[in-house]
Amino acid sequence: MIKITDKPIDIQKVIESATALGAGGLNAFIGTVRNITNDKPVRWLEYESYESMAVAEIKKIVDEASGRWNLLGHAISHRVGTLKPGEIAVVVAVSTPHRKESFEACQFIVDELKAKAPIWKKEVFEDGEQWVSAHP
Amino acid sequence: MKYKIKTFGIARDILGAKEVGLEVNGNQVADLRKHLSVHYPALNDLNSLLIAVNLSYAGDDTQLKESDEIVLIPPVSGG
Repeated sequence: MIKITDKPIDIQKVIESATALGAGGLNAFIGTVRNITNDKPVRWLEYESYESMAVAEIKKIVDEASGRWNLLGHAISHRVGTLKPGEIAVVVAVSTPHRKESFEACQFIVDELKAKAPIWKKEVFEDGEQWVSAHP
Repeated sequence: MKYKIKTFGIARDILGAKEVGLEVNGNQVADLRKHLSVHYPALNDLNSLLIAVNLSYAGDDTQLKESDEIVLIPPVSGG
């Protein structure tokens, strides 16, 4: 399952979608909204995505991960819209026969998603706002 | 050639619309880049600007058609 959603992410559902009977481990990463950036309080984040391409890019990343590790199950859900500190922005879950590869595959997918999926966030502060990573 | 360009994130703020029509000299991604760089110089200040054509990142030598889905991808920040 690969999904971009404007509704709160149901962690249990993501985990269930990634479950596999032949797996000895399921590894899940949960990305949450931090309340501070460079010592400035963050009021909320605005996420948006180019949804059709984001799903396609994440699918490519999963395919690449499948070539490196024995992925028996996977599920990725990324939230868009307005998120307050503490809310869940992304959940990545993978199942593999043994735990070591579950950690590695999960980290790989999260890192690649952050680097390649066309998803953006804007931080809104008390005194302004900025698109994250846009400028040097 | 006339292209419809979709924008997201800071690229939308810079171009001022979710979708703009641009009359570009040439039919390659590199020609579009040149046009954008001249007409929207604030794009040059970004950490990066990728161009997606039909749901994939496209190199500068990619040929563009007027029917292509062309999207500006400023630095991504998902997760």
